[in-house]
Amino acid sequence: MNIVTKKPEVLVSVHEARLHYQVGGAFAAMRGKSTVVKAVDGVTFDIRRGESVGLLGESGCGKTSMGRLLLKLEDTTGGSIHFDGEELGEVRRHRLKKFRSRAQLIFQNPFDAINPRFTIRATLSEPLENAGIPRSEREDRIIKALELVRLPEPEQFLDRYPHQLSGGQLQRVVMARALILQPEFVVADEPVSMLDVSVRAGVLNVFRDVRDRLGLTAIYISHDLALVRYVCERTIVMYLGRIMEDGPTEDIVHEPLHPYTKALVAAVPVPNPDQSHDPLPIGRGAPDPRNPPSGCVFRDRCPSAHARCASEVPQPRPVGSRLVACHLF
Amino acid sequence: MTEPLLSVRDLRVSYQVGRSFVHAVDGASFDIPKGSITGLVGESGCGKTTVARALTRVIADNAAITGGEILFEGRDLAKLPEREMNALRWRDIAFVPQSAMNSLDPVYTVEYQLGEVLRRRGGMDRRQARKRSEELFEMVGIDANRLNDYPHQFSGGMRQRVAIALALALNPKLIIADEPVTALDVIVQRQILDQLKELQVRLGLSVILVTHDISVVAYICDRTVVMYAGKVAESGTMQAALTAPSHPYTMGLRNAFPDLQGAASGVLTPIEGAPPNLANPPAGCRFKPRCPFALDVCGSEPPVVDVAPDHPVLCHRARESAALRIEAAKTETWMARA
Repeated sequence: MNIVTKKPEVLVSVHEARLHYQVGGAFAAMRGKSTVVKAVDGVTFDIRRGESVGLLGESGCGKTSMGRLLLKLEDTTGGSIHFDGEELGEVRRHRLKKFRSRAQLIFQNPFDAINPRFTIRATLSEPLENAGIPRSEREDRIIKALELVRLPEPEQFLDRYPHQLSGGQLQRVVMARALILQPEFVVADEPVSMLDVSVRAGVLNVFRDVRDRLGLTAIYISHDLALVRYVCERTIVMYLGRIMEDGPTEDIVHEPLHPYTKALVAAVPVPNPDQSHDPLPIGRGAPDPRNPPSGCVFRDRCPSAHARCASEVPQPRPVGSRLVACHLF
Repeated sequence: MTEPLLSVRDLRVSYQVGRSFVHAVDGASFDIPKGSITGLVGESGCGKTTVARALTRVIADNAAITGGEILFEGRDLAKLPEREMNALRWRDIAFVPQSAMNSLDPVYTVEYQLGEVLRRRGGMDRRQARKRSEELFEMVGIDANRLNDYPHQFSGGMRQRVAIALALALNPKLIIADEPVTALDVIVQRQILDQLKELQVRLGLSVILVTHDISVVAYICDRTVVMYAGKVAESGTMQAALTAPSHPYTMGLRNAFPDLQGAASGVLTPIEGAPPNLANPPAGCRFKPRCPFALDVCGSEPPVVDVAPDHPVLCHRARESAALRIEAAKTETWMARA
């Protein structure tokens, strides 16, 4: 682990963060029909320097919204997020620019994240230009960034356009763009979900390698525990805007505690023809963020739900090495 | 193996792109036994979707079946007149296209769309169609009172269930599903797969599941056909393909997969490089540029070798596969070429 002793150990501190959206528009509001979607609803966690944390959950669980809050691409509607001791809500103007160079996003779909009309050189020059890096230094920085993500013979890529690169190569360019300003903190949002299995491993290996070499603090957002396990030592499981379980990834893989985590772990297919085909311990249906159940948001799909789950929101409680938000613990 | 339901022999499909031809499927042969689920696996651009579409002859305007046979119940679908082929679709062979959203029309209710198939193709009247629709919804686990809903009112997983109901409408013998669970979350994915398997067993269906995800195949398929660059690299039972993969590409795929059961410290090994451009494929074995075991002989067309009964492999070194498997399990083997 790459902890610099002078600085405080915690890089990111999230306290009761909320991101509520008003949906339904003006007409619905007039008729009193607008609703609030609680994309993130009272989430608390700290991330230490050099730590890699997986944000795990299904679509609509708030994992991407949480990532956007951490990067100040969205402002919280409640609670607070501190980055290196500074409250993100207070970060403005030139300090925002500074923050942007320290915290970066690695996008999900490399084909959407890069302007198809920009050459790779132009794509990678842009952040340098924004950060005020003199023209004379840029080429050198670009080559170094491409070497960092292990694109062989980087010079040959500079004048190419995105469509001339394979998906795996393009995702490395996306990574290079996020890393070119030497950030301390990166949020990777499902960075390999669009890639073929045979090249996925290569991109994940680069991600791990770069993170270790630069001592990055990283958030890896995914719905696939097998991928999170490969890159993160700690995992936070989210469901409908709340944290269900938070702890060391290996513990979660081998002995999930929260009923939702149990279902998630059981659902991951493994390349083994002898695996179990037991029904998943979870109710059918997708979570509806407009209309979450009272009490525990997971209770309507939970096989162990009881009366207390409807009346009282379970708070995260320490269980061994973990925090679990469930009345069973 | 009993008499196959479908037998594909040396199938060739080409796309015309400008003045050149892309041979997306270049001599594919495999059998689909009755009452089995077969996984058609491979990465993007390997020709798996083209094969699936060619089986129902629903291919792009610039594509054509240029050779080979598709034998289905004694008839060659590749040469069947369009009118007879059309009579076969839905009734004998149903196709579930990639992403359920694309197979459903957003401006009609789901009942209307089911009814269209049931009345036009199944010759049912309105009342029979309604009854069958309710039956179908019950089969795929959706409440019948949602029949009047529009596609956007369903979640992704539910839409996929609707697409499966649609495919089942006229009791086909074979269902071809193109990446049916790719866009879905793990939990929904698993529930859909369980549903599909349950229906397949109950109705005695044959299913071809097109996917890039070998773990999905391992979960529900009995058999697999592994494609690479327009050719079938290897085919056989699931057990054979996973425990004794005999084509270096299949061996490589096994290594590239993150696994919840394996050791935590395990390192994933990618297959370096990318599949060849099919407008101008390399001579000989198409996997040669990425293969750690390539020899000079691989520059010539590889033979199909039966490494075991019902387990053909397209590789010059297929007979050495037991030894190659040991080498292929080591990361260094694949890194050496990088």
